Amino acid sequence: MKKDFNIVIVGTGGQGLITLLQIIAEAALASNFDVKTSELHGLSQRGGSVEVHIRFGQKIYSPIVAQSKADLIIALEMQESLKATYFANNKTTFLINKHIVPIPLQKSLSEGQILTTLKKISKKIKVVEASGVTTGVYLLSLASFKGLIPLSPNLIFRAIKKVIPQQYLEVNKKTFELAKKHAKT
Amino acid sequence: MEILSNKPGQKLILLGNEAIVRGALEAGVQFVSTYPGTPASEIGNTFFKIAKKAGVYFEFSTNEKVAMEAGVGASFSGLKTLIAMKNFGLNVASDALLPFVYTGTKGPTVIVVADDPSCHSSAQSEENSRAFASLAHIPILEPSDPQECKDFVKLAFLISQKYNIPVLVRTTTRVSHQKMPVQLGPLTKQARFGKFVKNVHQFVTMPPRVLEMKRELLGKIEQIRGLSEKRSTVRGSASTIGIITSGISYLYVMEASKELKLDLSVLKLNFFYPLPDKKIKSFIKNLKKVLIVEELEPYLEKEVKSLAKEVNCKLQIFGKDLIPEIGELKPEIVISALAKVANRKYKEVKVKQVPIIKRWPQLCPGCPYWLVFGGVKKAVNEKEVVFGGDIGCYMLAGLPPHLIQDYLFCMGSSIGIAHGIKKATKQKLITFIGDSTFFHSGIPALVNTVFNKSNPLIIIMDNQTTAMTGHQPNPGVCGVKIENIVRACGVKHLKVIDPVKQAEFIKTVKEFIKKPEVSVIIARHPCVFVKK
Repeated sequence: MKKDFNIVIVGTGGQGLITLLQIIAEAALASNFDVKTSELHGLSQRGGSVEVHIRFGQKIYSPIVAQSKADLIIALEMQESLKATYFANNKTTFLINKHIVPIPLQKSLSEGQILTTLKKISKKIKVVEASGVTTGVYLLSLASFKGLIPLSPNLIFRAIKKVIPQQYLEVNKKTFELAKKHAKT
Repeated sequence: MEILSNKPGQKLILLGNEAIVRGALEAGVQFVSTYPGTPASEIGNTFFKIAKKAGVYFEFSTNEKVAMEAGVGASFSGLKTLIAMKNFGLNVASDALLPFVYTGTKGPTVIVVADDPSCHSSAQSEENSRAFASLAHIPILEPSDPQECKDFVKLAFLISQKYNIPVLVRTTTRVSHQKMPVQLGPLTKQARFGKFVKNVHQFVTMPPRVLEMKRELLGKIEQIRGLSEKRSTVRGSASTIGIITSGISYLYVMEASKELKLDLSVLKLNFFYPLPDKKIKSFIKNLKKVLIVEELEPYLEKEVKSLAKEVNCKLQIFGKDLIPEIGELKPEIVISALAKVANRKYKEVKVKQVPIIKRWPQLCPGCPYWLVFGGVKKAVNEKEVVFGGDIGCYMLAGLPPHLIQDYLFCMGSSIGIAHGIKKATKQKLITFIGDSTFFHSGIPALVNTVFNKSNPLIIIMDNQTTAMTGHQPNPGVCGVKIENIVRACGVKHLKVIDPVKQAEFIKTVKEFIKKPEVSVIIARHPCVFVKK
């Protein structure tokens, strides 16, 4: 891989974005890539919008992705994918969980509205049902099986085992297998 | 506990704050004190988990000034000491910081301060702690990534050991919350206890000795400047355009150079104070243009401008004319600035027009504050009452659906300001303050309402933890009873109520707001995350 690979992950507080970041970072390190991540803590995690970044490649300086430089945007919530468009270009892949978390006292955007907007930016929009499982791990595993991320499923699996606490490991292993099955269809 | 791994050479993915902990452990730290605050909190959280196993004394102190003073005591007793806090914490601690730099250290001492450009987790101001360089004459190191966080903390301990001076390591959000593989060094274990050896010459700051101390301090700074010269690095090819930078900005400069395929010479400072004057002068001497890349105020730019007058008065100096003074930097801002200085074509990307959604943070489901805010709204006419806010999760009182926060300042200030408003007007007033914030700095202000006779209604929201920064313990969980403090301050109208009992809570608010003296309700109900 000559070029750096840039991922922006968006979702809402409590969806496990920071754990997901750690899994990708471990897999990238195991692939002998240089890797950097950026995350935000504090009040931003109380159910508000969350946006984290991870970059890997031969030599990585900035921990944050520059404007319009994302290769992959993973959205654990549909409306949040719009916030990540700042980092998208016409070649960016969007991998989106088909799930809308309503905002109190506001009318939610419809799936149609969101997709119409995104399609004006990139043709590579993939919407998948990922809410019945551990969403982040499912989307990441799917991305790996589908070749949307230059990290092999084997490495992702090992990173999941390293990062996820024992009591949640079994369900995440199942999620990984499910992604493997779905990637072929 | 992987952070305690003793395999030198191993690479571990660490958060900047965890790397600071690791650096301190490798340096053989013996005493650690802190008060939590984003983006510094994980330093304390990590030590809280590992201190016992690592054989290090660790405490969450009542506030940052107390944390600093505890650290001073440990240093005076000969222990290697680390004190950590966020930017506003250093303001609180500054009363103790300045004399500490004068007396100097006995046990080497490193202070970590985390700034938060763009105020991701900071309500009160976009503070730049670099200003403490000129206020306190404290050496300041600026790491740019987790590896440097670890290495600079070790270096800071060495400087402190050699020159008997506390050293400040300043990070920013994108450094403290940045992760990367960090190469570990060996851990150092030290004895748990030291000895306080009496030495009034060093530890007592009374005049006229204090002026001698200042002379000694300025002397130390000049010696450390030599180290600052050695530790700053120049990279890239010699050209007529140069860049001076440090901290996180350095990473954006390197990223921008990569993007624009430029190979300009870059001076990376590492020390913000004392600055390597000679190195800067020799760097800029033969340049035509120099770009200063720094976040927030142009402190560095001003220094370079004054040095340029000595060696190169024709030098074109770029900085805040191309780089904003407000908000954190981003790679694209630095790419654009660099392109302008180097006359490179760079097409700025337009921000795409998309529907805007505003997802505010919310009180957690089951949070007792819902009941406090809801109860207050039922008890009073919101339009007739001024609502004071303070620092904690309950700042969300200012957001929908609550909207009962008419002022918000700094830790503990809700009560002090309430007193002023009560003295200046005849309006009704209710303040909200959390348990940890009350312990931190609410108590003197409460005494003032009794001493100088004003009558706000103070609601102390006791959820038995420091929730916002990650549920750190506070004095309330170790037997310090808030009601005993309030009573001892001379408050006559006091009730402890679980806000679940809404009828009683509402009735008490209605009753207390009419009192001619200060009144306090302790709304006690644990945070949903407190383990029972």
